[in-house]
Amino acid sequence: MVFAAILLPALLPAQDVKELLQKVKDKYDQVKDYTAEGKLKTNVLFIKAPVATVKIWYKKPDKIKIKNEKGVSFIPKGSVNINMNNVLGLSNYEAIVSGTEKVGGTDCKVIKIFPLSDEDNISRATLYVDEQQLLVKRSVISTRENGTYELVMQYKQYAAYGLPDKVELTFNTRDYKLPKGISIDYDNGADKDKKERTAPKKGKVEIVYTKYTINKGVPDSVFN
Amino acid sequence: MMFITLLRIELFKIFKRPRTYIAFGAIAMIVLLVQLALKVNGKDFIQLYTDSQSDTFEIPYESMNNGYFVCVAVLHMILIHVPLLVALIAGDMISGEAGLGTLRLVVGKPIGRTELILSKFMASTIYVVMLLVWMAIFALFGSILLFGSGDLVVFREENMHLMNQQDVLWRFFAAFVFAALALTTIAAMALMFSAFSENSLGPIVATVCVVIVFTIVQQLKVPLFEQTINPWSFTTHMLGWKGFFYVEKTAEGVTIDGSVENPASLVKSAGVLLGYILLFLTVTVQYFKRKDILS
Repeated sequence: MVFAAILLPALLPAQDVKELLQKVKDKYDQVKDYTAEGKLKTNVLFIKAPVATVKIWYKKPDKIKIKNEKGVSFIPKGSVNINMNNVLGLSNYEAIVSGTEKVGGTDCKVIKIFPLSDEDNISRATLYVDEQQLLVKRSVISTRENGTYELVMQYKQYAAYGLPDKVELTFNTRDYKLPKGISIDYDNGADKDKKERTAPKKGKVEIVYTKYTINKGVPDSVFN
Repeated sequence: MMFITLLRIELFKIFKRPRTYIAFGAIAMIVLLVQLALKVNGKDFIQLYTDSQSDTFEIPYESMNNGYFVCVAVLHMILIHVPLLVALIAGDMISGEAGLGTLRLVVGKPIGRTELILSKFMASTIYVVMLLVWMAIFALFGSILLFGSGDLVVFREENMHLMNQQDVLWRFFAAFVFAALALTTIAAMALMFSAFSENSLGPIVATVCVVIVFTIVQQLKVPLFEQTINPWSFTTHMLGWKGFFYVEKTAEGVTIDGSVENPASLVKSAGVLLGYILLFLTVTVQYFKRKDILS
């Protein structure tokens, strides 16, 4: 009985799952392009960076660019995945519901998506979908080339468009170590970082959006 | 009053010698060459430091290659060699006169030997400061003119520090002040060797050799030296200027404007360097006071 209860959500017809995903996609599809401003916070073990003001440009179906126009920011390459169209725009895939989980206090359907085409950069994705608002609250996306990215999104002001007010992107990082002799450091005795090196190699960036300009047109030249 | 007169004479002697200007010329040339290299191949230079992360992050090569970044790069390359230029002048301060036979004439005048040594030391210090001002004009202001200003990225062996551009300029001034203290230590040491010698070459070579030996010992990074010599070696503490570009962060990894990572270590380094200056000066004065000057 318990076994059946666990398996039941997964046994829901795939068609229903795809219908739900289509509804979510329709909501996200309202946005053809946007320009947004936001504050970017970087939390990576080997990077010490100030909070940066960034500009984000998006154009359907998959063009996205994040840039710190007035300063220097290291933007993770996985930030392209904040565009949900990367997953919702897949045409050839299988999807199953693997249960329900709370994300930010809201019950969300956990949908696992398996692209069938070898051409797709995404090898697997898990979406946590708020069925009431038709919003993706969390996603875990495994790519073929750049590892796995986890996104947690909070929606407020622009929820009607499926645009988040805050995004947290967690990603895998590589060790940072310069070859010996390339830099002679001043030894200031701050060995805190050396202790932290045993910590998991995960990086995190947080973007808090302050302003969106939606469907006002974005030239292609922005993305070059 | 007598001290000021002596100082003016010493400065006159320094700036009358053509070799004094070799250092200024060399610095200008090195800075210009580095600036040219980074103007043409800045991206390649930055790739050297960021290559391991280029798969994970978009590296903003263009905005990183700004005047502040170029100046830090110049200082990294140049400050390790400037002691040689300082030794060239300070190592000649006493022995040069002994070699020319004028030292006996000078000490034969009614001037205190301590005053004489202090005036020579002060003149060397002024030379060091002028060298650094020259470097600041070329490396900092020249680079800002050529590359513009922007946020500063500093690479360390195991991490990188980003600073807001409005949080950078004071760090350069602090770094230059610290570098002046570091190079004054070299000047004091060269002056000490100069007191022991009758010709210029010996003290200059001796100073350069001491700097090279301790720099190599420091770079070896073996526990034997890291636990014994390096904590007290002046070459270790001379790098303190870099400490002003190591910024503190919050638990969330965000840098704190105006902060310096472990400022107590900078105070310690400054103290160690001041200690060396005092030691070298005391030895010089004590030795020179008792010295039989025959040339």
